[in-house]
Amino acid sequence: MNFESIPLQGFLIVSSILFCIGIWGLLNSRNAVRVLMSIELMLNAVNLNLMAFSSYVDNNLIQGQVFSIFVITVAAAEAAVGLAILLSLYRNRVTVDMESFNLLKW
Amino acid sequence: MSIAVTTQFICFAVLSLVIIVGALGVVLLENIVYSAFLLGGVFMSVAGLYLLLNASFVAAAQVLVYVGAINVLILFAIMLVNKKEDLKPMKYLNSRRLISTTICITLLSLLIRVDLSKVWEIANPNLSIGEESTVRIGEHLFSDYLLPFEVASVLLLMAMIGAIVLARRDVLTKDISTGLPVDQELIEKSDKPLLIKKN
Repeated sequence: MNFESIPLQGFLIVSSILFCIGIWGLLNSRNAVRVLMSIELMLNAVNLNLMAFSSYVDNNLIQGQVFSIFVITVAAAEAAVGLAILLSLYRNRVTVDMESFNLLKW
Repeated sequence: MSIAVTTQFICFAVLSLVIIVGALGVVLLENIVYSAFLLGGVFMSVAGLYLLLNASFVAAAQVLVYVGAINVLILFAIMLVNKKEDLKPMKYLNSRRLISTTICITLLSLLIRVDLSKVWEIANPNLSIGEESTVRIGEHLFSDYLLPFEVASVLLLMAMIGAIVLARRDVLTKDISTGLPVDQELIEKSDKPLLIKKN
């Protein structure tokens, strides 16, 4: 078992970049489906972070892996509910443009 | 994982490259179907990184749940709402882009600085549980993480019921005014969207 090979920082940087791409997509997408995809990207970045720490810092108890399983579960629930909300929005507005979902704007 | 160091580095570099390029494609490509397929590629590469981190169970769960369920669900959603529409021009689009890009780059530089400057306490690799991690996850799930595990099942049930309630169409079997049974196809055809062109 040689963990000196890939530094922990490599995984952390990859997950930081993935998270920032997700935030950019979340802020800039006008298609609601793409917004959901960006959220999934961000959740994956968080998972990658948890897994990297659990392998390098907590490699015997691996509680990070258990946490990332829970994150995957919540992500699945979130995707299902998010897409259902999207479908019902589309049924009422006939568009998926984020700029037209402004019912809560005052 | 018992493969040579060079191989590990090559795998890590290739997977990271696929993740970053794929994620950029997901947010930047015009065609949303390409985005969805690239998202599947990103999920698979993240599963590959999990294998590099000795977590075969989570890698399998990632492939099953993300690629098998979430990505397919997203593709179905794209299929259901796929309408070519010309987006209305937006005010201050360029300045919005500029501000959000600045925020993202600032956040990225902050995160990378934290990643590189903090010295993490790396645990002794000889204590690593290695490929027995599936057994350890099972022990965790049925001892100290039992309550979250059970709550997760309730959450999934709630999400399932909520998704069904949100996505279903209301079907009337009787006409409200006359009480006679109605032709469902007529309702489907005359079903006008409720909220368009209100303002």
